Amino acid sequence: MQKTLNIITENVGQIRPDSVDEYIKIGGFEALKKAITMHPLEVIEEIKKSKLQGRGGAAYPTGIKWEQAYYVDKNPKYIICNADEGEPGTFKDKVILDYLPLRLIEGMTIAAYILKSPKGFIYIRGEYPESQRIVSSAIKEAEKMGYLGDDILGTGFSFHIEVLSGAGAYVCGENSALVESSEGKSGRPRIKPPFIKNSGYLGMPTLVNNVETFACVPYIVKEGGEKFAGYGTEFSGGTKLVCLSGNVKNRGVYEVPFGTTLRELIYDIGGGLPEGRKLKFVQLGGSSGPCIPESMLDIKICYKDLKVKGLTLGSGAILVVDDSNCIIDFLKCITEFFYHESCGKCTPCREGNKQLLALVNKFINGSATYNDLETIKKVGQIMKEAAFCGLGETAATAHLSLIKYFEEEFVEHINKKCRANICNFGGDKDGKR
Amino acid sequence: MVNVKINNIPVSVEEGSTILEAAKKVGVEIPTLCYHEDQSVKANCRICLVEVKGAKGLVTACSTKVTEGMEIYTNTKKARDARKTVLELILASHPMDCLKCIRNQKCELQKYAAEFFIEELPFEITYQMIEKDESSPAIVKDLSKCIKCGRCVEVCQSIQTVGAIAYSHRSDEYRIATLFELPLYETVCVHCGQCSLACPVGAIYEKSEIEKVWRALGDPEMHVIVQTAPAVRVSIGEEFGLEPGSIVTGKMVTALKMLGFDKVFDTDFTADLTIIEEGNEFLQRLEKGGPFPMFTSCSPGWINFVERFYPEFIHNLSTCKSPQQMFGALAKTYYAEKIGIPKEKIFVVSIMPCTAKKYEAAREEMKSSGVRDVDVVLTTRELARMIRESGIDLKKLPESEYDLPFGITSGAGVIFGASGGVMEAAIRTVYEIVTKKELQKLDFKDVRGLEGIKEATVNINGLSIKVAVVNSLGKARELLEKIKKGEADYHFVEVMCCPGGCIGGGGQPIGTVNRVRQERIEAIYEVDRNMPIRQSHKNPVIWTLYEEFLGEPLSEKSHNLLHIGTVH
Repeated sequence: MQKTLNIITENVGQIRPDSVDEYIKIGGFEALKKAITMHPLEVIEEIKKSKLQGRGGAAYPTGIKWEQAYYVDKNPKYIICNADEGEPGTFKDKVILDYLPLRLIEGMTIAAYILKSPKGFIYIRGEYPESQRIVSSAIKEAEKMGYLGDDILGTGFSFHIEVLSGAGAYVCGENSALVESSEGKSGRPRIKPPFIKNSGYLGMPTLVNNVETFACVPYIVKEGGEKFAGYGTEFSGGTKLVCLSGNVKNRGVYEVPFGTTLRELIYDIGGGLPEGRKLKFVQLGGSSGPCIPESMLDIKICYKDLKVKGLTLGSGAILVVDDSNCIIDFLKCITEFFYHESCGKCTPCREGNKQLLALVNKFINGSATYNDLETIKKVGQIMKEAAFCGLGETAATAHLSLIKYFEEEFVEHINKKCRANICNFGGDKDGKR
Repeated sequence: MVNVKINNIPVSVEEGSTILEAAKKVGVEIPTLCYHEDQSVKANCRICLVEVKGAKGLVTACSTKVTEGMEIYTNTKKARDARKTVLELILASHPMDCLKCIRNQKCELQKYAAEFFIEELPFEITYQMIEKDESSPAIVKDLSKCIKCGRCVEVCQSIQTVGAIAYSHRSDEYRIATLFELPLYETVCVHCGQCSLACPVGAIYEKSEIEKVWRALGDPEMHVIVQTAPAVRVSIGEEFGLEPGSIVTGKMVTALKMLGFDKVFDTDFTADLTIIEEGNEFLQRLEKGGPFPMFTSCSPGWINFVERFYPEFIHNLSTCKSPQQMFGALAKTYYAEKIGIPKEKIFVVSIMPCTAKKYEAAREEMKSSGVRDVDVVLTTRELARMIRESGIDLKKLPESEYDLPFGITSGAGVIFGASGGVMEAAIRTVYEIVTKKELQKLDFKDVRGLEGIKEATVNINGLSIKVAVVNSLGKARELLEKIKKGEADYHFVEVMCCPGGCIGGGGQPIGTVNRVRQERIEAIYEVDRNMPIRQSHKNPVIWTLYEEFLGEPLSEKSHNLLHIGTVH
C-alpha cells in the first residue's frame, strides 16, 4: 500500500505558486468551472459524500457546515479562511499557502459561489509574511485572469478576497477570536451563541474553514465526493496533511490517507528515531494535544478511532519525543507557551495557566510535593471543563495525559530525580543546565 | 413556558430564561461575579458552573438557556468543587486585605469567600500590587483588586458610550486600562462613577473626602453647613438595611445634625432657584430665537460629556450652574452676609448621589465669591459611612426638619432627582409664567421613568414646545447624533448622565440596579405628591432671596453667582 498520497498536495513545488497559467495546466480551476454549472446543493452533496471534516482541528463535517451556511437567511455572507496556523508543531497550511495558493483560492471561490458571498478573507498569521506576499500575488493574478473578482468566468458572480493578518496571537486561531481580529478588534473569543455561522464578521453570517479544508474542495468537486472519501476510512474521508516533527529522522509535511497508523507514520514514512534513541511519547495535534506512550502507536489516524480512545488529531501535528527528554522539562515549554498565549478573558485559563506554570516550576526546582501533583490535576481539570474557549480547555491536555501515562516521573521529581538528567533541582551540579 | 428540573424540583420558566434565572425561581442562588442583571451576559468569570444531564462537561448558568425537559444539578460534588476551584483561582490573584478595603462587607467576592469558607488556598498567591490611579478628583482605580469581570467596561462603553476604560493586554497582564495607560484624569472619563457601581469588588470606587469633613466639623472656628441632593433621601436608607425606595428625609436630617453640622439645608431649594433662572433663560431664548435646543446643565457628568465629545453643543447648554453650585455660591455670599460670618469661615459640604459632583465642585470657574462655592462633596455612600462610624443607626432616628432659610422647598425641587424631573419642574413653572393661568394637572407622566429617551410636546399659549428627556450618556449620544443630522428639532432637552437620573447616580449605594432605581423613582414622586408646595415659583423663600439679594431672575448678580460662561 502506498504510504503517502498527493491528492491535495499534487504538484507542490512544480509550478509557480501565483501563476494562473501553470495552475490551469495541472487542472486548476476545472472544479470552479464545473461548480458554476451545478446547483449549490449538488456541490454541497458532493462534499457531504466526501466525508470531509474540518482540518483545522475541530473536525466538524464540512458538508453539513456549508449546508447550514447555505440555509442561513441573511446577507451578505462572508467567507473566512483560517490560515492562522499557530498551533506549535503545525506547518502544513504553509505548504498550501506557499506552493498552491490558487487551490485554496479556488476552494474558497466555490464556497462563495454556493453562498453568494461577495467577500472573503484569508487570515494569515503574522509570522508568515512571505506566505502573505505569495497569496496576495496569487489573488491578483486570479483576478486578472477572471477566476476571481468581478464577474467571475462571465457568470455575473463577483467575489473578492483580501489577505488579513493578525499580530501573532495564538487564540486568533479560534474562529470567533479570528473574526474579532478580522474586524480590527483585540483577538478574544466571543460568547456563543450567536454562532459565527449566523453572526460572524460584522454581525453577518460567516463561513470559516481551515486552509487545508478549502484546498480539498477542488478535488472533491472535480473528481466526486465518493472518490475522495475512498482514500480514507469508513468514517474519515480523504487524506490528511500531517506535520511530523521532533525526534524523528524525516521530519516534514506528509499527505497520508486516513487509516494510516501512527507507527507507520513515524517508522515507515518518518524513518524512525535517530540511532540509539527510544521513543518516549508522541504528542498529537500540537501543544494543545495529548501525549501518548509507545504502546498506543498502532492507533489509526481516523477521527473516530481517536475519539474512541479519548484522543484528537487536532490540526495534524505529530511530535515525536525520545527518551533523552524529561517530561517535566517538556511540560514547562508547553506551559510557558499557554501562559503567554492566554487571552486573559476567563478565570480558568488566565489564572489556571499561571498556576500551572508555578506548579511545573516547583517540579523542576525540586520543591514539589504530592499535593502539587494533585493540584496540577485539579487545575487541569477545571481548565478542561470550565474555560471559555478551546484554548483554555486544551491548555492542560498535555499535563493531564502525561500524568496519566507517566505519573511515576512526576513522583521521581518530587524525590528530586530526573531520569533524563535535565532538571537540576535548584542548582545541583549534575544537572545539565 | 419551559419545564425544567432544578435539583429534581420541577419548575416552569419563561422561554429564553437562563439556568441562573430558573434556579433563582426555586430559591437556588448560583454564585456569579461577571453577571450583572442590567448588562449583557459575559460568562468570563466561570463561577456559575452547574451540571446539566447529558451535557458535555459543566455549563455556565449565566449563559445557558434552559430547554424543555432540561435536568439541572447545581449542587453535585462536581459542580460545587468546580465553583470552589474557580473561586480559589480568583482569590489567589486577589489581595486579601478585606479589612482595609472600601468594599469590606459590600463585596461580592468576599461574600462567596465567606460562603465557601476557604480556609487555605491550594494555590500560589499571584496577585500583583499595582499603584492606584488617584488622578481623578472623583474616582479611584485600584487594579490590584480587579477580578476582570468586565462589568465596568460594559457600563463605560455600552451604556455611557464614554469608553474611558477598555480591556488591554493578555494573560497575566490582562487588565482594564485607559488609553495608553493614561491616568484617568487625562482621559475622556466623565467621572460619572457608574463603573464604581458596577464593580463587584473594590477595584473602582469614589474618592473619599470624609476626613476633610471630620476636620472641618472638629474646627470650632468653622461654620459647617451641609446641603443634601434630592436623590439621597430615597436611597441612603438602603445603606442601613431599609428597602429600596424608603423615604428617610427627616431621619437623614437628624443624622446630619448629630454628626455636628451647624445647619442642614436642602439642595431642593436651589433646584427651585434653577427652575426660575433656567425657565427665564429659556423664555429669553424663545424671544431671541435660540440657540435651540437648550440643554439642562445640572448633571456634571453630562457637562463633561459635552465638553469632551460634543463641544459644538456647548452654547446649547443652559448657562445655569447646577443646584449644588448655586447653593455654594449663595452660601458664601447671601447667607454669609445674612448670618454675619465671613465666607472663609463657612465650610460647605454637599451630599450628592454623584461622583462627578466632586469634579464639578473642584472646577476653577466654581469660585463665584472668590473661594470655592462648595468645599467638599460627599457621595451617598460616604455619608452612610460617616453615620456608621458615629455609631448612629439611621433607621432608629427621630425625624427633623431642614434649617431655614434654605430648607423651604417645593415638590418641583425634589423631582430633580429623577430623569424627567427637571423638565417637569420647568413645565410646571414656565407654563404658569407665560400663560398666567394655573395648571390644572401638575403631573407630566410622559417624561418620567427609566426609558432612555422620552419626548413630549407642550402647548404654551399656542406655541408648541418640543421637549425631550434623556438619561444615560449612550442615549444622550444617540439624541445628539439625531440633532446633528437634522432628524430632531427640540426646544428644550433635559439630560441626566446616569441611568434613571440622579437616583441612579454613581455615588449611590452599592446595589444600584435598574430594579432598585425604579423603586427610588417611585419614592421621589411620592415625596413630591406630599409636598405642600409643588411648583418652584410658589416657593416664597425664592422670592425673598430675589428681593433681598439677587434683584430679579437673570440679573447681573444672578449671572455672576448662578451662571457660567457667556450669556445669550
